[in-house]
Amino acid sequence: MQRKSLDVWVGLFVVLGAAALMFLAIKAGNLSSFSLAPTYRVISKFDNIGGLKPQAPVKSAGVVVGRVAEIGFDDKTFQASVVLNMDSSYQFPKDSSLKILTSGLLGEQYIGISPGGDTKNLANGDKITSTQSAVVLEDLISQFLYSKAADGKDSGK
Amino acid sequence: MIGRLLGGLLGAIGGGLRVWLYNVGYATRMFFSMLRASFGLWRRPRLITDQIHFIGNYSLVIIAVSGLFVGFVLGLQGYYTLNKYGSEQALGLLVALSLSRELGPVVTALLFAGRAGTSLTAEIGLMKAGEQLAAMEMMAVNPLQRVIGPRFWAGVISMPILAAIFSAVGIMGGYVVGVKMIGVDEGAFWSQMQGGVDVFQDVLNGVLKSVVFGLAVTFIALYQGYETDPTPEGVARATTRTVVISSLTVLWLDFLLTALMFN
Repeated sequence: MQRKSLDVWVGLFVVLGAAALMFLAIKAGNLSSFSLAPTYRVISKFDNIGGLKPQAPVKSAGVVVGRVAEIGFDDKTFQASVVLNMDSSYQFPKDSSLKILTSGLLGEQYIGISPGGDTKNLANGDKITSTQSAVVLEDLISQFLYSKAADGKDSGK
Repeated sequence: MIGRLLGGLLGAIGGGLRVWLYNVGYATRMFFSMLRASFGLWRRPRLITDQIHFIGNYSLVIIAVSGLFVGFVLGLQGYYTLNKYGSEQALGLLVALSLSRELGPVVTALLFAGRAGTSLTAEIGLMKAGEQLAAMEMMAVNPLQRVIGPRFWAGVISMPILAAIFSAVGIMGGYVVGVKMIGVDEGAFWSQMQGGVDVFQDVLNGVLKSVVFGLAVTFIALYQGYETDPTPEGVARATTRTVVISSLTVLWLDFLLTALMFN
């Protein structure tokens, strides 16, 4: 009898540990968004990807429709080549365009895909040529400063 | 005069090195003979469950309470720092990442060394001092199989469970302080956490870390007990050494594993 109750306590301990792991995986981690759904690969070139990282989401109208699979550098065109894994349940026209966006002011970067008007859809291994680079904060600030300086010269005349 | 001093110094260094090498060699030999002896344990899993009860269940309360308070403190301190940058929404992410990647495994291992490691060393050491281990050998019972093996595997199994409980309770502590007391937005707290914590990169690597720490701490404790001088002072010294060596080992192993896993 005493042995049985001991086993119950050990069982409770192990179950508690499993529950804690489930909690970490599902409530704290991204297991709920992890999917093994079939995907198709799309390749794209960007002039500048900013702080984009692998596993970053690809969103259309705010909904996650794919993820960034890998990021490489093409030393022929001196561009970043980004491979996307798109969820097969979402189809996009061949002439869709990509844009690197930031969620919030300092948030993580993701790719926004806006559909085009082509009747054919993107297939595995297709290339997207119409891309828009990430907005680099330093460029924005320097543009702003140069235009300010130019304004100052004009008004000084 | 100087020559004699230098000679004494060199002798001391050499002697220390020799003792250290002896310990490393003996520990390695003991580790492998314990692994070999452990195969017989599959026929008697009861030995292991008994020890899980002793090592794991009795450590549960201290682990859970420490986890809760570490979570509280992370919630408070994290809010204080993040608030300066106006990004207190990331509090959930900060709490979950620091717990699952570092604090969960490391603090659990340190507490585990203090709570379970010392008791293992003292138990084995007293068994040796009372010549119980020698008596077992006389009866053709291998103490590595009957005494050391079950305790080792129980420690290796208990440690990741305890670390997972520590992290989970800590996240709840962070939630209580961050959301319920300070008033961080609840949706942002969880969604930022889910967006930033990767199951394989963060949670699974944390579990791997805790398995390695469990292995190291339990084996150090058992080795110190098994190798102790069979006197009251010897057992006392062995217990102290268990805490010192296993704490240091956990810290440098943590650095090594972090550098390997999250580069």
